[in-house]
Amino acid sequence: MTPKHLRVNPIICEAHGLCAELFPERIQLDDWGYPIIDETPIHVDLIDHAERAVEACPTLALLLEARARAGVEGT
Amino acid sequence: MTVAPPTGLRRLLGAMGSGVAGLPLDEHLERFGDPPAGTMSAEELARLLDDSGLRGRGGAGFPTSVKFRSVGSSRGRRVVVANGAEGEPASHKDQLLLSAAPHLVLDGVALVADALSARKTIICVKHSDPATQEAVIQALAEREQAGIDSMKIGLAGVSSGYVGGEESALVNELNGGPPGKPKFVPPRPFERGVGGHPTLIQNVETFAHLGLIGRFGWEWYREQGTPEDPGTHLVTLSGAIGAPGVYEMEGGGSLQALVDAAGGTAGSVQAYLIGGYGGSWFNAGVASRLNLGHGDMRAVGGALGPGIVVALPAGACGIAETARVLRYMAGESSGQCGPCLYGLAAVAYELEELAAGVARPGSVERLERWSADITGRGACSHPDGAVRMVRSCLRAFAEDLMQHEAGRPCQTMPGIRDILPLPDNLAMVG
Repeated sequence: MTPKHLRVNPIICEAHGLCAELFPERIQLDDWGYPIIDETPIHVDLIDHAERAVEACPTLALLLEARARAGVEGT
Repeated sequence: MTVAPPTGLRRLLGAMGSGVAGLPLDEHLERFGDPPAGTMSAEELARLLDDSGLRGRGGAGFPTSVKFRSVGSSRGRRVVVANGAEGEPASHKDQLLLSAAPHLVLDGVALVADALSARKTIICVKHSDPATQEAVIQALAEREQAGIDSMKIGLAGVSSGYVGGEESALVNELNGGPPGKPKFVPPRPFERGVGGHPTLIQNVETFAHLGLIGRFGWEWYREQGTPEDPGTHLVTLSGAIGAPGVYEMEGGGSLQALVDAAGGTAGSVQAYLIGGYGGSWFNAGVASRLNLGHGDMRAVGGALGPGIVVALPAGACGIAETARVLRYMAGESSGQCGPCLYGLAAVAYELEELAAGVARPGSVERLERWSADITGRGACSHPDGAVRMVRSCLRAFAEDLMQHEAGRPCQTMPGIRDILPLPDNLAMVG
């Protein structure tokens, strides 16, 4: 199975902070209440916690992704 | 008609008309020969780009061939966009190219659009700059009359904000969205861009180089520069420089040679800002040994960006200058992402307090921590660039920083304030 990682869509995140409450192992809040996410792959033992945090987000900003980031960047 | 390729460093600058008017089409073709569009397939152009080693000139320096192949290998309708939005206040190269040498840019645009069989081809110019728009409109009319392009090239007036030229923001605006609002990616523009189609976006300088590479080949292109940084670059110099303006330098050349070409420094210089307002400060000692190639700059934690160098005179305050720019950058946040919207404002305020000598204890540690926290947290790289400049400021002006932290405000004279250029209509802060 492809390892999954968390990612937040910063445009729709409104700093409710529930994710950090539910999954402090991987999510902390910055000084303005927005989540700082550890995006390294999540071990299978912690997947339940990650899924609970994703489901709790009121704006659906938190994503559990299996796909690698696109390889092309820049202008 | 065949003509000899340009020799020396003035490749793009040599394509310019005299004075403010652009070089007319007939003179342009006399100087450079027939336009290269229609002479090669997508695969041939991709190989030419590989061999040339051309990198994008919008700031990131990404290999042009990789972006071209990404769009070229996609199915269906493709769109080509020439990005002349030039949001960096200290950069004037794109504006100069578009107004003085529009046909060289358009030659490159037509070459790429033809090879990709693009269904739509757009050149973007700031709508706050009617003179440059007029130059492009005139150039497009000349080409249409001469019938030299196989496609119609459209002109779009776009946002003049700092973030307006960011690829996803530009696509968003071209799709009818609000100006200066980047999108959460992926999908990236090369996957789904203008009208939902795969879109190749390149800076206008990149297209101008293509106008020459398409005619004279990759071997000619590589006659200047280094293997990693082939060809020439446009660089905008300002601040304490003998003759500020736009210069053309060889890839990987030294900062010292560039400054010498611009008439040397105007008085004593304490530091250089390289790469624009997402770039880095280097004190004069480090700068005197600096080469501006991609690898050279990466090794010292910097980047040439879209070719920007500002010389800070002795006696000016690097912290006050950085505070002014961060206040501007905070205001230029599209306001979509919390860490950028609130973080940059907090950083700007902290720097203003430092410069005024009224910072609360722990100021420098806060700036370090916030810079680390903010990096990588926006949908686009606007906040990353802004805090890169802050971190470099903390390194380059460590001595001034100690004075300010100890409660001493700047002693700079009014004549050596406000060195870093900001858009004219912006109220000065600090």
